[in-house]
Amino acid sequence: MHIIENGNVAAALGVRLCHVNVIAAYPITPQTPLTEKLSEYVEAGEMQAEYIPVESEHSALAVCIAASSAGARSFTATSSNGLLYMHEQVQWAAGARLPLVMCVVNRAVGAPWNVWNDQQDSISQRDTGWIQIYCCDHQQIIDSVIKAYWLAEKVSIPIMVCYDGYILSHTYMPFEVPEQEKVDKFLPPFRPDYALNPEEPANLNTVTLPDVRMDVRGELAHGYMEIRYLLHEEMRTSLTAAAEAEKRFADIFGRGGDPYVEPYLCDDAEYIAVGLGSLTYQLRVSVDTLRKEGIKVGVMGVRFYRPFPDEAVAKALKGKKGVIVYEKALSYGYEGALASDLKSALYEHLAGTGKLPFVQNFIAGIGGRDIKTDDLTQTLRAATKNRVSKEPVWIGLKL
Amino acid sequence: MQAKTTILSLPTEEFVHPGTRACTGCGLAIAYRVGLKALGKDTILVVPPSCLTVLQGLFPIASTKLPCLNVTFASTAAAASGILATLKSQGKDNIKVAAWAGDGGTSDIGLQALSGAAERGENFIYLCYDNEGYMNTGVQRSGTTPMGAVTANTPFKGKLQQKKDVPAIMAAHNLSYVAACSAAYPLDLFDKIRKCMDMPGTKYIHIHIPCPPGWGYEARYGIKVGRLAVETGYYDLYEIVNGEFKLTAASEKLVEKRKLIPVREYFRSQSRFRILTDAQIAAIQNQIDAKWANYYKKDE
Repeated sequence: MHIIENGNVAAALGVRLCHVNVIAAYPITPQTPLTEKLSEYVEAGEMQAEYIPVESEHSALAVCIAASSAGARSFTATSSNGLLYMHEQVQWAAGARLPLVMCVVNRAVGAPWNVWNDQQDSISQRDTGWIQIYCCDHQQIIDSVIKAYWLAEKVSIPIMVCYDGYILSHTYMPFEVPEQEKVDKFLPPFRPDYALNPEEPANLNTVTLPDVRMDVRGELAHGYMEIRYLLHEEMRTSLTAAAEAEKRFADIFGRGGDPYVEPYLCDDAEYIAVGLGSLTYQLRVSVDTLRKEGIKVGVMGVRFYRPFPDEAVAKALKGKKGVIVYEKALSYGYEGALASDLKSALYEHLAGTGKLPFVQNFIAGIGGRDIKTDDLTQTLRAATKNRVSKEPVWIGLKL
Repeated sequence: MQAKTTILSLPTEEFVHPGTRACTGCGLAIAYRVGLKALGKDTILVVPPSCLTVLQGLFPIASTKLPCLNVTFASTAAAASGILATLKSQGKDNIKVAAWAGDGGTSDIGLQALSGAAERGENFIYLCYDNEGYMNTGVQRSGTTPMGAVTANTPFKGKLQQKKDVPAIMAAHNLSYVAACSAAYPLDLFDKIRKCMDMPGTKYIHIHIPCPPGWGYEARYGIKVGRLAVETGYYDLYEIVNGEFKLTAASEKLVEKRKLIPVREYFRSQSRFRILTDAQIAAIQNQIDAKWANYYKKDE
């Protein structure tokens, strides 16, 4: 069924379709309409779930962590400082290998206070051991939530489904709501290997030593380092599982594509603009304009940011003259995190081949600063002539 | 009224294996052992970082026979809520959830989550074992450290502020049950847990826990020190059932006796109070006398 709704409702519908058992949330703009919608579904009996209106984001994730440990499919959503307040729990959920799904409705972080969109919130959680997926439109939001539960439960790693605040969360566009029957076919009920229960008592997340240790049966149990290594290793192999998720989804719903990147006019392009989220759809307009001028440009959205699909990215950018990275976040004191990750992937896969493109980094839309398509077009045009600067260039800065 | 449990009628089934990593003479080891007997098999525990995390042992060996979720410091009561929600969604109404947190994890960093859960009326028992300081990290002051106690970060002057009254804070949430217990009176703890187990909403039980290394007394004197706290009228055993305050057990008997041991004996039993002057002790004695004058008056 096609409907016209906003991005937060798309996410809420996705959560409802996944038969989530436990939802916990604390209000923060621009996430609130999503969790309000879920409370509406639950109160109206349209969704069989427990909804816990907690007193903080830290507790929201605590509820989800505990619920998941007890065998419930769990969901929360947040933005900005709410995500930062959760940070300890974000790390905990990954270390405990719980298949949570959390929507991050991207918003700038304080100080100073700012309620508008950028992506500093989720980018700052890059190294927590969560899978990160970025959405470009409402269809991707609802589909990503559904795929995320399948993938998270397959690899026992939590997933952030990120989408731009306001630009996606509060705008209306048409999208298809998957049929419940098909979602049920795609996503089996959550059956964890272990769930807290008195019949089979276990002590979870106890103090774990630096080295391996014998258990009471004389078998070696992992040390902290082994547990953490496996998180990394299984995050890397989750790239394969993500491809499987994409294929299964495409088979059942008839839509999908490359699980890692979303290319637009990239095949014959000499220069490729790269970004995360809705910005890459705006960049398509600039690419169309520049194509008319005879400039061979394309744009590639990175859908899967962690684990980083370095091979897929390097393959897509191989032989290009330049890679122009537009970001709504940065690693302060250096450059945009995505730009660094792209450089790393390019160096790893293309060094010595003579096919290393230059990388230009633009920072845009920080704290919701309006990103004008003309500015994108102009900067992209300039970057196809020459690399503009080694340092990241802030678009629209008025200093 | 339920019959009082005696050492003979206490269930023999153990839920804590012998050989925990508790310090010699640890008051928590007593309260935990007896507390779990009261809670029984069909219980899921939630534990934040605290002495109990250590007591329970190092992965992959655990001294607790009940399922237990170790959680972050500030999230105990929220985590309990998450387990409750799951049990509800699974239709399992026979399983209890009990949180065991230290005084720092309750009165300081965990208070927000606890208040939130209590306000929502989450149906679980929250047990705060109060050894009056951050003992697990080497004896630093907490919200419930009493005035005058020397700790690692109140090294010369002792704590200058009074003890935070957490049961009173919890009582202000209009809970069905709030109680103060002591590891020195484990059977009273057992009875109070049993009494409140089926009451609605959040139940809060505060347990005074003598701590040999933190308080500075010989390990064998733990029960004696814990009892002195009660017998001097310094720490009271009571319960607040649906808002009704009532002294219980040994404290109730003190009202009948009308005679308290001077609090000086309690202070002099531990090295942490070594800096308290006679004048300070006299001032505290006056406070205790005034508090008990009130109790006596209510009794008349």
